[in-house]
Amino acid sequence: MNSPNPQNVLVIAEHDEGQLKLTTLAAVACAKQICADTGGSFDILILGESIGPVAEALQDYGAADLLVGDHAALKHPLADKYAQVIAEQAKARGATMLLATASTFSKDILPRVAALLDAGMLGDVTAVAPEGDDFTFHRVMYAGNVIATVTLAGPVKVFTVRAAAFSAPEKAGAGSPIVSVEVGPESLPHQMEFVSREERPAGRPDSTEARIVVSGGRAFKNAEDFEKLVGGLADVLGGAVGSSRALVDSGITPNSLQIGQTGKVVAPELYLGLGISGAIQHLAGIKDAKIVAAVNQDPEAPIFEVADYGLVGDVYQVVPELIQKLKKA
Amino acid sequence: MKILVPLKRVPDPDTKIRLKADGSGIDADGVKFSINPFDAIALEEALQQRDQIGAVEILVVSIGPADCQEQLRAGMAMGADRALLVRHDAELDSLAIAKILEAIYRREQPDLVLMGKQAIDDDSNQAGQMLAALLGIGQATFISKLGLGGGENPSKATCCRETDAGLETIEVTLPAILTADLRLNEPRYVTALGIMKAKKKPLEETTAGELGVDPAPRTRVLKLAAAPGRKAGVRVKTVDELIQKLRDEARVI
Ligand SMILES: Cc1cc2nc3c(=O)[nH]c(=O)nc-3n(C[C@H](O)[C@H](O)[C@H](O)COP(=O)(O)OP(=O)(O)OC[C@H]3O[C@@H](n4cnc5c(N)ncnc54)[C@H](O)[C@@H]3O)c2cc1C
Ligand SMILES: Nc1ncnc2c1ncn2[C@@H]1O[C@H](COP(=O)(O)O)[C@@H](O)[C@H]1O
Repeated sequence: MNSPNPQNVLVIAEHDEGQLKLTTLAAVACAKQICADTGGSFDILILGESIGPVAEALQDYGAADLLVGDHAALKHPLADKYAQVIAEQAKARGATMLLATASTFSKDILPRVAALLDAGMLGDVTAVAPEGDDFTFHRVMYAGNVIATVTLAGPVKVFTVRAAAFSAPEKAGAGSPIVSVEVGPESLPHQMEFVSREERPAGRPDSTEARIVVSGGRAFKNAEDFEKLVGGLADVLGGAVGSSRALVDSGITPNSLQIGQTGKVVAPELYLGLGISGAIQHLAGIKDAKIVAAVNQDPEAPIFEVADYGLVGDVYQVVPELIQKLKKA
Repeated sequence: MKILVPLKRVPDPDTKIRLKADGSGIDADGVKFSINPFDAIALEEALQQRDQIGAVEILVVSIGPADCQEQLRAGMAMGADRALLVRHDAELDSLAIAKILEAIYRREQPDLVLMGKQAIDDDSNQAGQMLAALLGIGQATFISKLGLGGGENPSKATCCRETDAGLETIEVTLPAILTADLRLNEPRYVTALGIMKAKKKPLEETTAGELGVDPAPRTRVLKLAAAPGRKAGVRVKTVDELIQKLRDEARVI
């Protein structure tokens, strides 16, 4: 049987102001798997300003080159500038595949890169497999309810992968060489300008990276209760906090906490849903959790249909008791 | 000022999706279709901007089979001025959609394209960004607040974007592509009067061929399958029992 040609893969790394997003490793794992299947090699491209630590954190994963574009003009990930630099690098390197881990960063920028390369793109890929002399991809659609088997025609394939679908790769010996990417600020587009960014509540891990996610829904009446109960329980467990859209809409939680079809997709070992009904749009974000536990006062709440452990009860009684008993233990 | 708003016809978010037995597509039997919710939000934003600015023409566009007329009429019932249907019966992908919208953009020369951040059927989240790239103009994706020029900067839009790290504000030069997130606004309901008026508004039809676009998609869906569902586990009666299960059985805490 024929097999695909060796691939030239370009992984786009994501970081948060110089701090590597660990979810990037899912894209690295996917690139490694493709190279193992077909031969070929992968590079990792890192763009930003003062990103030495990001390159360092990615040095031992077996990339052929670490391409580093460190420039003040790239301080903020503005799609017009980033897409142009990424597309130029993809061309210069003869990339046949371009990928990143799915996030608002990659979803903003990669489709723009794909169009610049006249390439098709797939979002939220959960599997890539050689088939004949090409590849088939699995991706999720319809709020996570449907898995599509898809092919992507053309010389360059662009896609994002679900972090949960690829586990972080082993480190692989020798450090990859760092190759500096020339950035000519005069040649970059400047139709977009960064103005400001909301300060994030510090201290707790991001729900996409945490081992435990404690998530609250409409049951919580105000921000103080949410912080005391959902935040309090997350802290006792060393986990992240999340919330349903209902709470974000009513201004009780910031949008960065939202989990679901239009929020974050999380895949922790434990997802604990408190006072959340379990609408399909919310469940779309927790399908890959290893264990789901739920507390809800309504025994008929749909979240119980997907929960490994369900407790019928009032969160205002159950959660303080959980906090107190877990603290003691 | 002219605003272009693409409207995709999709299964209503509240309908349960069933697949055809052979996995070749979804079973559309008895499925209610509506305007993609994010596109309805984009249209609402265009209408609200018109309420503020005054002279704004709003053009809605849908690409797909003849049935898309329903969504275009609904868009005009909400308040859009005219509609364009690009008749196409085969599957398209986001790049093909972006190429068709590019041709429409070049013909219509809008000051702004307001679209949904993603279609809730394919969940691709791409067409807006691709369109911006093809046109070589700026984009602001996943916006939850829009301030249009006025005063100091009539040629710029200030957009609040919802990102994984929290809210971010950027300024983008017009014309630009903006994609709507859920919290941008709440779309108005269609009134009987709106529906009456919509009947008299112009709905033009064209095709990708007439627009000079080759819409051959790069992505091809071979098969659809239901995602493996999670199963209900056990009910516990007390907090102690919950802690014990999580600790000793699941070993996650
Ligand atoms: C296009 C689209 C996209 C969407 N995307 C998302 C998304 O990404 N994420 C998301 O979360 N939603 C999303 N939604 C919204 C979703 O449909 C639901 O409306 C939302 O998830 C409901 O949030 P909730 O469970 O907190 O609230 P509710 O549905 O109101 O449920 C509250 C639950 O709390 C229980 N409860 C109340 N008081 C107590 C108490 N004291 N103790 C214990 N239990 C209590 C109730 O029994 C109920 O089950 C989307 C909707 C649409 C149309
Ligand atoms: N067939 C279509 N007709 C009109 N607009 C569309 C169509 N497909 C996609 N769009 C627009 O592009 C956005 C993103 O779509 P997608 O890339 O498919 O998630 C949608 O919210 C719509 O605004």
